[in-house]
Amino acid sequence: MRVGLFVTCVNDSLYPRTGRAVVTLLERLGVQVDFPMAQSCCGQPMFNTGYRHQTEPLVRRYAAAFRDHDYVVTPSGSCAAMVRDNYPRIGARAEAEGRGTELSEAATSAVPKTYELTEFLVDVLGVTDVGAYFPHTVTYHPTCHGLRALGLGERPRRLLERVEGLELRELDGAEECCGFGGTFAVKNPAVSAAMGSDKTRAIARTGAEAVCTVDNSCLMHIGGVLAREGSPVRPVHIAEILAGTKESAR
Amino acid sequence: MSRDGSDVPRGGGATYLGMPAFPRAADFPRAADTATRDGRLRANLRHATHTIRAKRARAVAELDDWARLREAGAAIKDRTLRHLDHHLVRLEEAVTRAGGTVHWAADAAEANRIVTDLVRATGEREVVKVKSMATQEIGLNEALAESGIRAYETDLAELIVQLGDDLPSHILVPAIHRDRGEIRDIFRDRMASWGRPAPEGLTDRPAELAEAARQHLREKFLRAKVGVSGANFMVAETGTLVVVESEGNGRMCLTLPETLISVVGIEKTVPTWRDLEVFLQLLPRSSTAERMNPYTSMWTGTTDGDGPRVFHLVLLDNGRTDTLADQVGRQALRCIRCSACLNVCPVYERAGGHAYGSPYPGPIGAILTPQLRGLASPLEESLPYASSLCGACFEVCPVAIDIPEVLVHLRERVAEGGEVTVRGTRTVIRPAKRHATERAAMRAARWAFDHPDALRRGQRILSRTRRLQPRRLPGPGRAWTDSRELPAVPAESFRDWWARTRGGTS
Repeated sequence: MRVGLFVTCVNDSLYPRTGRAVVTLLERLGVQVDFPMAQSCCGQPMFNTGYRHQTEPLVRRYAAAFRDHDYVVTPSGSCAAMVRDNYPRIGARAEAEGRGTELSEAATSAVPKTYELTEFLVDVLGVTDVGAYFPHTVTYHPTCHGLRALGLGERPRRLLERVEGLELRELDGAEECCGFGGTFAVKNPAVSAAMGSDKTRAIARTGAEAVCTVDNSCLMHIGGVLAREGSPVRPVHIAEILAGTKESAR
Repeated sequence: MSRDGSDVPRGGGATYLGMPAFPRAADFPRAADTATRDGRLRANLRHATHTIRAKRARAVAELDDWARLREAGAAIKDRTLRHLDHHLVRLEEAVTRAGGTVHWAADAAEANRIVTDLVRATGEREVVKVKSMATQEIGLNEALAESGIRAYETDLAELIVQLGDDLPSHILVPAIHRDRGEIRDIFRDRMASWGRPAPEGLTDRPAELAEAARQHLREKFLRAKVGVSGANFMVAETGTLVVVESEGNGRMCLTLPETLISVVGIEKTVPTWRDLEVFLQLLPRSSTAERMNPYTSMWTGTTDGDGPRVFHLVLLDNGRTDTLADQVGRQALRCIRCSACLNVCPVYERAGGHAYGSPYPGPIGAILTPQLRGLASPLEESLPYASSLCGACFEVCPVAIDIPEVLVHLRERVAEGGEVTVRGTRTVIRPAKRHATERAAMRAARWAFDHPDALRRGQRILSRTRRLQPRRLPGPGRAWTDSRELPAVPAESFRDWWARTRGGTS
């Protein structure tokens, strides 16, 4: 089983500790992980802002980088959803525009092997107890693309519930968007900020020490609002919780 | 300015081309910025949308075949739209056979002209109106006013909006932005200039407010000789029109006047009564969270001694055929105006309906308005971006309109230009000028992402200079740092860490 890590551009540049946590976690579970250097970005920022044609080279790049892998694991719900939902669309549109089947073929090769981290753990590896230790109170915010596009359902929660020392706190209005939305955050800053502060208020009400998601892009926004508000709540990616052990906590 | 260039006085400032009643917001972000600062508006919207949202979820959860009903609804609409020309001709034949007269209106101006001429021909100077989205879309009330004809809204919420010289901000509950106290003030201050005044000492108790409206409207129902309506559905096989409402006020307008004029978008056609059955299940649960709709009025042409003696149907295109030509965007025409998408939309909840600059607010408005009107101004160009693409709208849509998909598709038309249909002619539009900087940035980002070695050099520069970087960004970056801290740039990117520790060059 050849497993490639698609770390995502956001994690690569801004949250490398999340990528390192995925490597630690998967290796602890006996999975050898490979990181093809040719990878970069799934193309979501361009695609979702309306630049479909700028996305096309990145679809090719993704498919080529992971050509020889059986599985691609990514610690991002929205990047996994980009590949699964939008790569086939990009291929189909190129075909409809009379530009051949090459992009569709790239999408066809990429889609079935791409897994968001918690999907890979629960569905492929079949584990919910990953032997993690995280002695903190945590609230979980299900990010929109993980929740509605991928249908992650209870997977992240099941993993968190089995973490030793972790106390999960319910989040009011958990299924409401945090207000990030990629370029939405800067194109509609007032609405984005209003959604963000409503989310951080709900987070504060849980009394949790940390807020956890499957997406660092949403956490960048939530964490940015929390920091501006001077909140002590720590934003943390689920991979970093699941990678933690008693040894590493020392 | 109205379509013909004359000034139409309204409360909200300048009015809109083709939709004269609606103010021209500069663009969505600016209008929304104002709305998010209005604490009372935010509280009213939050309370109302969350209440309806929860009720809808319960009503839908009662049915185990909801998913299949939803599929059926989408399939019937798609099948009908594919052969819309055929169904419309059948509808026209059936309506004519039943004693009605069918008129075809290519756009708002033509529809307004037809209705105005029909009312004039009756010699009447006033009409009573059933709540109707299509007549708001074309700005009918303002067009009638220009010809000295007064249109009275009779739906309770539309009455509140009309008396307040206001604009609707929601499809189902047009006065959602008003609370009881505001409604009491509007009734007390404004009813007298439109007819029967509000009773002395009116309080903000819902029963008293409803009674005041009832007394005020009763006078109009009994006097009116002409009624104007839209319709939720038109059944082609029999030429039957259907209005779905909750108050019974619509039924008054549909049955008491001598003349009834209905203005209906062509996409409201369903082929048969069997098709209608599906929508009469989908619509009430999605919109008012009711199992069955309280007042469902149906009429087929005219009947001697029963209801209006004259019936006119104005079939409205106004951009619908152009929308139908767009393979991705056409799914917006499935919409049955339930407004479930508004009630779950986090953006609508904060921005309010007026920010969308159209009678169609919320997620459906963000995909419908730019298609019906074309990407005609900065407002329409900004609407496809008025979403975080969270997908809550798609999840609740009873006819499975993939609103996020259409939003992204329309963003492409704005950002990259491309083929659109305008008045039946395929046209290639150029990328929006206002997006030139963004376009350059996206190209640069794509280039960097397609050259990982360059990306890596960029990451290193970012890491080395991280102590020098400002906490607050200038220019466009302020949109982020005005309300949020920037993430800390790490000392080492993931790929550098991997190369250093694993020596990976795969």
